[in-house]
Amino acid sequence: MSIMSELTNRDRVFDFLTPSDSPVDVRHGPILYLEDVNVSFDGFRAINNLNLTIDDGELRCIIGPNGAGKTTMMDIITGKTRPDTGSVWFGSRHNLLTKSEPDIASLGIGRKFQKPTVFEALTVFENLELAMAADKRILPTLTAIMQPQYRDRIDDVLQTIGLKDLRDKLAGILSHGQKQWLEIGMLLMQKPRLLLVDEPVAGMTEQEMERTAELLTGLAGKQSVVVVEHDMGFVRSIARKVTVLHQGSVLAEGTMDEVSNDPEVIKVYLGEEA
Amino acid sequence: MWLTRPFYERSTQLFLGILFAALLVVTVLHVALPEGHPLHVTSYTVTLFGKYLCYALLAVAVDLVWGYLGILSLGHGAFFALGGYAMGMYLMRQIGDRGTYGDPILPDFMVFLNWQELPWYWLGFDMAWFAFIMVLLAPGLLALVFGFLAFRSRVTGVYLSIITQALTFALMLAFFRNEMGFGGNNGLTDFKDILGFNLRTDATRLGLFLATGVALAIGYVVCRAIVTSKLGRVSVACRDAEARTRFLGYRVERVQLFVFVVSAMLAGVAGALYVPQVGIINPSEFSPIFSIEIVVWVALGGRATLYGAVIGAILVNYAKTVFTGVMPDAWLFALGALFVLVTVFLPQGIAGLLKSRHTAKEAAA
Repeated sequence: MSIMSELTNRDRVFDFLTPSDSPVDVRHGPILYLEDVNVSFDGFRAINNLNLTIDDGELRCIIGPNGAGKTTMMDIITGKTRPDTGSVWFGSRHNLLTKSEPDIASLGIGRKFQKPTVFEALTVFENLELAMAADKRILPTLTAIMQPQYRDRIDDVLQTIGLKDLRDKLAGILSHGQKQWLEIGMLLMQKPRLLLVDEPVAGMTEQEMERTAELLTGLAGKQSVVVVEHDMGFVRSIARKVTVLHQGSVLAEGTMDEVSNDPEVIKVYLGEEA
Repeated sequence: MWLTRPFYERSTQLFLGILFAALLVVTVLHVALPEGHPLHVTSYTVTLFGKYLCYALLAVAVDLVWGYLGILSLGHGAFFALGGYAMGMYLMRQIGDRGTYGDPILPDFMVFLNWQELPWYWLGFDMAWFAFIMVLLAPGLLALVFGFLAFRSRVTGVYLSIITQALTFALMLAFFRNEMGFGGNNGLTDFKDILGFNLRTDATRLGLFLATGVALAIGYVVCRAIVTSKLGRVSVACRDAEARTRFLGYRVERVQLFVFVVSAMLAGVAGALYVPQVGIINPSEFSPIFSIEIVVWVALGGRATLYGAVIGAILVNYAKTVFTGVMPDAWLFALGALFVLVTVFLPQGIAGLLKSRHTAKEAAA
């Protein structure tokens, strides 16, 4: 019975029809496509019929109160959590639900964690070196040699994130804000098509926030960026399109002004803050 | 070339310089000075030093996985013992018909157990090349299977330490059984010669000591080449932030498996060189206490430096030789006290002390 319904499901794309090594296909617009995704943990529905589409080159902000499912959504996209039902596509060819975390990373999805995680025992330069898009299997990594063009690329990124002077310092001595930038720099080294950034300005000063806003808006267009953030001021300063999550599903979507005037949104979220 | 990179490093040059100078001094003092001279190094002492060098190589292997990969293996004695058994089997087959029972094929313990023919897994061990390959292959294969299962299910931290401990304990119990065909409780002993050289002569003993020194040098350079490569930095990354490394696109479990297998093979080589020098291999080498002791050497010497492991292994074992001679009962207490003192006052071990003096000097200059 279930086989029959599987076969007659018109949306079904068989795995053998999707070559796993093909480039990301964005001819139809969206680079990321989540449909009817559901996840529950011990009966608690963390994600509830979530539908979300991110266009190629877009900068999207996702906001929502605590427990709205923002981080769980990122976990699903990066392969850390498997949804109970639903489908997640990267471009129109790659079914992310069949792939492991390193596979998803090498397809071109980079992720910045909520808490800045850099390799503290390595220098800033080495952090970027490890993140660089390269053959990441064992033997090529063992025999890898630092080429001049790699060095230039790392220096470019160091320039972008403003850590040029700290190039050979251990990442462990960086300030909180600098670690956040280094982590964004590591994402850039991966040459991702899609960047998932979880709370990039948590614990930052005003100035650091401005710098981060510049950094992220500079990236959009070349890459698609999804930012999850709590700080409404920051979101207002960078966002073109905002999605509000609530109880695991999309509550509203639109420009910051549209969203902040939405009565539903005001009720569940902005109301408490204002 | 990634393998030659360590030779350009000052620390490696210094290490190799000191090691080869020490080998030379011991050789000269042993060969050139007449017996009875106060500086003469006896054959017994040469073999004792050879034993320390085996332990040093074992400690380097443990430091590679513990210091640079963050995997605290409490079962590295198992790999050491497997390498030792592979060598012991070769040495047993070399005895031929000179054993007590005079059987040309079967080792003494098999005749004693009334076995009629050689078990299949003893075949080939009469050939040196086969046995030497097995020295690498047996520990390597065990590490591969064990590591594959453990790392694939993402077992790390204390749980991994506990199962490595269980692994070595299980092997100890298995090797204690006579039915296993490895000599049971008594193990393998009464060796006569290796590659045609009589094991009881001073020249062979000196040769084994020097071979161990060279093996330590090679093992050190191989480890150094790995830790200074990009893969070495990836393994430090796995140690400090596993999830982050995975999201960068590295297969953490494969990195862990690779380094773990290399380390197990090095431990196997150390065991293989140890057996002809001490003249016996028995299941006590599998005992969990021994594996824990190795970790103590590395902690004392200083983690994640490699040379610290060498210093720790030699110092602790020298102290053990002295102590067990003077006050046999006090040794375990002394070891415990040493471990506690170092953990409290020198968290980075002796290598940390050397490093901080070095940086202090640089700051002063």
